[in-house]
Amino acid sequence: MTTPIVYASAGVAMLCIALFGFLTARHVLRRILALNIVGSGVFMMLVALAARPDPPDPIPHALVMTGIVVGVCVTALALALLRRMFADEGSARLPEDREFG
Amino acid sequence: MTADAAALDILLAVLLVFLVWRLLTLSDLFKATILFIVFGLLLSLAWVRLRAPDVALAEAAIGSGVTGALVLDALRRLGAHGAVDEARPLRLNLARLSGGLLVACLGAILLWSVLSLPAGWRGLSAEAMAAMPHSGVTNPVTASLLNFRSHDTLLEIAVLMLAVLGVWTLDAEPKPSAEPAGPILDLLVRILLPLMVVVAGYLLWAGGHAPGGAFQGAAVLAAGGILLHLARPFYLGNHVIIRLVIGFGFAVFLAIGVMLVVGGGRFLEFPSRHAGTLILVVEAAATISIALILLALFVGNVREGAGRDAP
Amino acid sequence: MAVLDWLSMALVGAGTLFFIAGSIGLLRLPDVMTRLHALTKADNVGLGLIVLGLSLQTSGPMEVVRLLLVWALALLTSSCACYLVAHATLQARRETGHDS
Repeated sequence: MTTPIVYASAGVAMLCIALFGFLTARHVLRRILALNIVGSGVFMMLVALAARPDPPDPIPHALVMTGIVVGVCVTALALALLRRMFADEGSARLPEDREFG
Repeated sequence: MTADAAALDILLAVLLVFLVWRLLTLSDLFKATILFIVFGLLLSLAWVRLRAPDVALAEAAIGSGVTGALVLDALRRLGAHGAVDEARPLRLNLARLSGGLLVACLGAILLWSVLSLPAGWRGLSAEAMAAMPHSGVTNPVTASLLNFRSHDTLLEIAVLMLAVLGVWTLDAEPKPSAEPAGPILDLLVRILLPLMVVVAGYLLWAGGHAPGGAFQGAAVLAAGGILLHLARPFYLGNHVIIRLVIGFGFAVFLAIGVMLVVGGGRFLEFPSRHAGTLILVVEAAATISIALILLALFVGNVREGAGRDAP
Repeated sequence: MAVLDWLSMALVGAGTLFFIAGSIGLLRLPDVMTRLHALTKADNVGLGLIVLGLSLQTSGPMEVVRLLLVWALALLTSSCACYLVAHATLQARRETGHDS
């Protein structure tokens, strides 16, 4: 069975790239996108490893569905914070990232 | 496994990683958002390949659809000026270098732990399958969500409600006036909206024995609401009726749990004779509430009397 | 049976060609309008051919109906989305005076 290993490795790669992006990005919207992809990378590892037994393990599937729904909440709340910050301060970056323009 | 299936898997995996790289390095955030939506759709293909059709449905409807609509809406409110980020890659400094090294270490550890898992490792699938006859449904993912892990799902609905409260509290800006949508979008809504309601009902019903369930149905219903909002903008506000409907799913779920305790059982431990009915009741109530919650997250809250669109 | 297999192979192959043409158009054509032109037409015909090819492989008429429903919905949404994108482009041109 190589399919789960291929996808689990892709999940690790996605997680790492997105985590680095999340740490280094300045625009808050990009950070929100990166955070979503970090989640997707974790989900991919979980679901890929759940696909190894036959039939697939349903528990990680349920965990990931919970994660997807909580993820959309987190995104909506973060975007509301971003909109509020942009409306109040006119910038879409956090205060410590603004001096670079 | 045949060679062409392996080729498809590798192609899809490489494409996903490439998309992540591109959308984190593009300077135009609008393009990055479009790539993010494409990434979500390809991810749901990957879930199908990993034999997780329930997750694929949820990803396509929520992860890609609703999240994409939310991000696009936020971009529109930021305007052309707010949506530009500097080009990548950024200058390498000590903080970025050490961050990169730490992330690379994490990746190596994760990769090693994935590869070193024993091949015969079965997770909890044997236990889940053994408990299936008592769960009241035949779709193992629905059984896990609503029966084996019902505490999680109950609290998840509470988290959704908290997110709505947060958005209502923060989002007090006047809405930019939307252009009148025109006859084509109107026609699309007229045809698609009834279909979406039917599909949501079907997904809810099918969840017991096939891929589907409350979350997927609610996401389709919410997508219909978002489409309607785009064609004919409306404001939900936080009227008491809206609040009641948003709390309805959680209340029904909690009430059933308390009833089971009063009846001599344990909290949310469905007796296997009535489990199917109870799960369907909880799911139906949750579908309505989650759909309205997702719609409220998109529509947001508008200051009273400000930013009303011209008719 | 073999004739049917070859026929559906040919139809799906032809559909795939349309998709490839549409994708090349999306990547290579200069502005929004021409890209839309390439994308919607190629995709609608391409998806139609693939649906036709796949419906030769189904086990019953209900599956054919489902496949046709998928095609009809894709036709509806893609033509509406095409109109909306074109409309928004025209509006942006009117506001800024140039194509974006």
